[in-house]
Amino acid sequence: MATETIGWWGVPLAIIAGTIRGSAPFLFVSLGECLTEKSGKINLGLEGTLLLGAMSAYATSYLTGSPWLGVLMAGVAGMFLGLIHAFLVQQPKVNDIAVGIAMIIFGSGIAFFFGKPFIQPVAPRLPAIELGNWSDIPSVKAALQISPLFILGLAIAPLMQWFFRSTRWGLFIRAVGDSPEAAKAMGISVNKVRMLAIIAGSFLAGIGGAYLSLYYPGSWTERISSGQGLMAVALVIFARWNPVQCLYASLLFGGSQAIGPALQSVGVTGYYYLFNASPYILTLLIMIITCSPKRTLSGVPGALTTQN
Amino acid sequence: MSTNRSSYLNRRKVIRGILTITAFGVTSKLWTGCTPTAQQNPTNSPNSTGTNSPGGTTKPIVMGFIYVGPKDDFGYNQAHAEGKEGVAKIAGVKTVEEANVPETIAVQETMRNMINQDGVNILFPTSFGYFDPHIIKVAQEYPEVQFLHCGGLYEEGKHPKNIGSYFGYIDEAQYIAGIIAAHTSKTGKLGFVAAKPIPQLLRNVNSFTLGARTIKPNITTQVIFTGDWSLPVKEAEATNSMIDQGVDVITCHVDSPKVIMETAEKRGIFCSGYHTNQAKLAPKGYLTGAEWDWTSVYSKYAQMISEEKTLMNGGILHVVRGGLKEGFCKLSNYGPAVSEAAKKDAEATKAKFMDGSMVIYKGELKDNTGKVILPAGKEYKQQDIELEKMNWLVEGVTGSITS
Repeated sequence: MATETIGWWGVPLAIIAGTIRGSAPFLFVSLGECLTEKSGKINLGLEGTLLLGAMSAYATSYLTGSPWLGVLMAGVAGMFLGLIHAFLVQQPKVNDIAVGIAMIIFGSGIAFFFGKPFIQPVAPRLPAIELGNWSDIPSVKAALQISPLFILGLAIAPLMQWFFRSTRWGLFIRAVGDSPEAAKAMGISVNKVRMLAIIAGSFLAGIGGAYLSLYYPGSWTERISSGQGLMAVALVIFARWNPVQCLYASLLFGGSQAIGPALQSVGVTGYYYLFNASPYILTLLIMIITCSPKRTLSGVPGALTTQN
Repeated sequence: MSTNRSSYLNRRKVIRGILTITAFGVTSKLWTGCTPTAQQNPTNSPNSTGTNSPGGTTKPIVMGFIYVGPKDDFGYNQAHAEGKEGVAKIAGVKTVEEANVPETIAVQETMRNMINQDGVNILFPTSFGYFDPHIIKVAQEYPEVQFLHCGGLYEEGKHPKNIGSYFGYIDEAQYIAGIIAAHTSKTGKLGFVAAKPIPQLLRNVNSFTLGARTIKPNITTQVIFTGDWSLPVKEAEATNSMIDQGVDVITCHVDSPKVIMETAEKRGIFCSGYHTNQAKLAPKGYLTGAEWDWTSVYSKYAQMISEEKTLMNGGILHVVRGGLKEGFCKLSNYGPAVSEAAKKDAEATKAKFMDGSMVIYKGELKDNTGKVILPAGKEYKQQDIELEKMNWLVEGVTGSITS
């Protein structure tokens, strides 16, 4: 290993950098899903929302030259899909998981359809905040480029926690999610609250898509999400429907994406399939350690996966 | 939920709705079925003879192209789609295409549809995984249709006679790209983002490295396997990790190099493309690239078929391969960062490939564990079948293919 490079320090650095770069999509989608599931409905379609968000952000940024407008558009596109999902799942005898799968296909379908002309052109990207200027090492500098969107996500997580715990609206959502009958007795419109929660959740997921196409990896291709939306939906269960734990789970998954490549780049060449699978192994371990035969999952909204 | 009882649909409404949808479906199906025939009557029907195909054949040449992914991904599929665009310009050749066809039973349906509805008589299912069992199965059903598969899996006697395969030695272009990379690199470390350790890919890694080591004998190539053909986030991570380790020229073998080129450009290092020309994505750092030239290959096929040569009558060889000389691949135009000396060396090597005197793999050749692959005095020519079973990385490559 040459002296001027950082050698083995590259592994922790790459994991930190990967966490900073790669966890925002997980974060936004899982926060959105957390909000949705707290109201008692599942939105599996966020994978499609992520793709549509990525496409509309890239397209808007290319057409108007303003990436921030793209971020907004991604959110709006997400809300549009959320609206459809919210409308469908509240019809009688409709299963939200089945609708979610349909929405994955629908969302990715329209994203691919409208996204065709935007694969080739290069759109302006989101700027990054440089926090690494104190260092002379270019790789440290590059690792500490932080997207403002990521900081926004970091701020939303505790804010959402506080929202659920301490605000009237948060109570409404929890009530609707835990016991729709009780909520109705309180005089809350279950449909309206769920509608708003799903739409707001999809808005966040759309922003996650904008991060993918406008910041990291920073281009629009049809494979851009590579299943991250679905992973993030699963993260919510892993995080026990707690926004701050969603943040930790997203950081874990974002960082672990970097493990495989980082180890190979310092010369650990074998077992890369195993290293690439490390987040899943870790998830399984945590699930096994934290599960108990004596109680059900804590924190699960009572009305989740029920028919009302 | 007894409150919204009124919103339930009664049976009559449901039946009426189903009937309406069915009626609409049937009419719209008929409607779309009619349009193409009305518009493209002269060429669409296989029985019509009014085409201007060269050689005076009565049967029009209709080529069907099938891609596994999107056809504008700056990658493998785009290279084939460009080939299709090129061959479509030839008079008397009609082309149809379908993108995003998975390597499942879906491709069989696509092939049958192309044959039955569009009258396709030459099929180019371009993805490696289409071959077995899909192409073999459909080829047995339609013995008069010719199937040309990109990948070189055809075996004489084992597979139906109407299947052929073609593939290019694109590692020749990678060898020259390696020469240019070595000239440009200051740190002496090159990077290669790879998908899976299959022989064709390892051959690209090895040729790239051997090319580079003719210029700087101590240069190394760091290879990172992402594990699959299209994982944009992992590819970006791999690129970033290698740059952190001092790599300053990066190339790749994945389905769509877009993300890798853009990441390299963002971090201010050099990159060398693959599949198609990616100069647009990295205007400053793009050196050159190993590109497919399917237009020339497909045009040759069209020419042979218009001369009434077929796979079945032996006019077309079942296995067609070639490199730079045969027009299977080419190099991207040199980028602004390529020095005059690098251009000179690259052109000299290219000339040797063009006259057929160039041999990449010659002894003494060691793999990166020190084992001798080829003793001194021996060589593997490009056509050597041994090279298609490659499961080693040459000396100078950092990486290992054991998963």
